[in-house]
Amino acid sequence: MQHHQGAHADAAIRIDEGSGRFRVARSSYTDPALHAAEMDAIFSKCWLFVGHDSEIRKPNDFFTRRIAGRPVIFLRDREGTVRCLLNICPHRGAQVCRQRSGSARLFSCIYHGWAFENTGKVISIAEADTYHAQFNAPGCNAGLNDMVPVPRFESYRGLWFLNYDPHAVSLHDYLGGAREYIDIVMDQADQGMRVVGETQEYSARANWKLLAENSTDILHVVTLHPTYLDMVKTNSAGTMVRGKVVGKSVDLGNGHAVVEREASYGRPIAQWIPMWGPEAKVEIDAIYARLVERYGEERAKRMATGARNLLVFPNLVINDIMSVTLRTFQPAAVDYMEVSVWAIAPGEEFGKPALERRLTNFLEFLGPGGFATPDDIEALESCQRAFAASREAPWNDLSKGLGREPDATDELPQRVFWLEWRDRLMQRAG
Amino acid sequence: MALLEALSRAEVEDFLILEASLLNEWRLEEWRALFTEECRYLVPNTSGDPYAPPESSLYLIADDGHHLTERVKRLGKKTAHAEYPRSRTRRLISNVRFLERKDAMVKVESSFITYRSSQGVTDTFFGRHEHCIVEQSGRLRIEEKRTILDMEALRPQGRLSIIV
Repeated sequence: MQHHQGAHADAAIRIDEGSGRFRVARSSYTDPALHAAEMDAIFSKCWLFVGHDSEIRKPNDFFTRRIAGRPVIFLRDREGTVRCLLNICPHRGAQVCRQRSGSARLFSCIYHGWAFENTGKVISIAEADTYHAQFNAPGCNAGLNDMVPVPRFESYRGLWFLNYDPHAVSLHDYLGGAREYIDIVMDQADQGMRVVGETQEYSARANWKLLAENSTDILHVVTLHPTYLDMVKTNSAGTMVRGKVVGKSVDLGNGHAVVEREASYGRPIAQWIPMWGPEAKVEIDAIYARLVERYGEERAKRMATGARNLLVFPNLVINDIMSVTLRTFQPAAVDYMEVSVWAIAPGEEFGKPALERRLTNFLEFLGPGGFATPDDIEALESCQRAFAASREAPWNDLSKGLGREPDATDELPQRVFWLEWRDRLMQRAG
Repeated sequence: MALLEALSRAEVEDFLILEASLLNEWRLEEWRALFTEECRYLVPNTSGDPYAPPESSLYLIADDGHHLTERVKRLGKKTAHAEYPRSRTRRLISNVRFLERKDAMVKVESSFITYRSSQGVTDTFFGRHEHCIVEQSGRLRIEEKRTILDMEALRPQGRLSIIV
C-alpha cells in the first residue's frame, strides 16, 4: 500500500524538458488514498503553524485548535512558558478543554473529573484511593497520568509551530530560506507584531493543495480579481495602476517559495495613496524615514513598497501585501479544507489611525467578505468540481516560466510545492 | 422626525421585508439607496465581541458608504465570479423588535435565515440584524446595519459573497 502511493506520487508529476511542460495529475486532488498518505508523509512530518505569540499574551491564556486533525491546546502556562498540549484526557480520551479560547490555570475533564495544571501535569484523578499505591506516585510511571505535549514545539519571530515527528530537523533549519522573508515582515514592527482581534474561520470545498497553489499565484490577479482592481483604482485615484507586475518568484528550498514584487496598492508600511489623505502622508513618510534609519535605504524601500506572498510548506501562507496576514488551511477531507486567517500589525499601530488603514486594506481584498477572496474560493471549488473529469482529462499544467529566470507571474512556486510534495510522499514509501 | 416618532413595529417590519426582497431579487442599487450616503454595513467576525470597534478589530465586512457603493458595483458585474452566475437566495426575517427609540434614530433587531443556492450546493446563514434607521426627506434610511452571525465559523459556507 505504501509502495503504491509512492509510485502514484512519482507518476503524479510529468516533466518534459524538451517541450517545457510541467504537469500534475488531477487525481492528486481527488484520491482519498493519497489524502491519507499526505496526512502521514506531510502533515505528520512537517512543521505546522499553530499560532502567534501575541494571541496568548498573559499567563494562562489559551486557544484550542485542530492542527492536521489533532485537537491541541495552544497556551501560555502559569509560569509564562508557551506550550502545546494534545487536547485529550490521559484517562479515557475526552477533550480536556472544550472552550474555543480563554484563561485557565487548570483544565478539568468533564467525563470523570481528572484535572490538570496548564502545564499538563495531573493534579487530581477520580477516586484516587481506589488505584494501586504506585499508580499516582511521584517518580513511578512519571508522566503517564499527565496530558501529552505535541512531540515538537518551536518558534521563530513570534510564530509557533508544532511537529508530530519527534525526529524532525529544527524549525530554524526547516524554515531555511524562508527566514529571510519572515524577517522582512517582522522587522516592519518597532514593538513587535501583534494579532488584531480574532482569526477569520472559513472553509473551501476544495483540496488543500489548490489553496497552497493559489496563495503564491500572481498570474490570476488580473483575470480573477478585476472587481478588486476596479475598486482599488478609486482609492488610489489611478496613481497605483501599473501595466505589468515587476518582480520575481524564488525557490527557498524545502518546498517553500515566495513571490516578491512592487506593490500596486497602498501599504500601511509604507506606501501612501490619496484616499488616506494628507495627514496620513505625513505619518507614512515618518514610518518610511524610520525604516531607512534602521535598515538603510535599499532594505527600507524593499520593505515599504514591495509585496510578498510566502508559502511555508505545506500550509502556512504569510502575505505581506496590502496588509499582513497569516493563513493556514487544514485538510479535513480530500475535497474540503478549513481555513484560518490572522491579521497582524505592529504593536505601535494599536490605538492609531494606521491600524484602521491596515484593516480597511485587509477587508477590501481578503477574507470571506472581501472583494477578492470569495472569487478565489469560487475558482478553487470550480477546479474541484471539474476534477471529476480527471479520468478523461487527467493533467493540470504548471509550465509557465519553465526554463527561464522566473518572474512574479510564473508558476515556479507551484512547481516548487509539487516537487516537495512528491519527494515527501516517495520518501514515505521508501 | 414625525415618521420615526410614529413608526410602528408593523411599519418597520415592512421596511425590513422590502430590504430583503430587493436583495432576493438582486436589485442591489435600489438596496443601496435604502441607506444614507455615509452609512456603515458591518459583519463582525464569528468569534470575539460583535461590538468591538471595526477600527481596531478584524471584521468580516466593515464597509463605509464608499465601500458599500463599491460592493454593490462589484456584485453588479459579471466578473464578480463568486456571484456570477448569480446565486439564488431567500431571506426570512422575523422576531422584529425595537432596541432603542430616540428622536432622530430607531434601532431595530431582527432574526434572519438566509439560504443561498449555487453550483449544486445550498448553504444556510443565520443570525440577527441590527438596523439603525433614520429619517431623511420623509423616508426611512439605514444609517448602520450590523449583521451578527450565529454560526460559530463560516463553515461550510466558506464565504460571504452575498449580502446575507
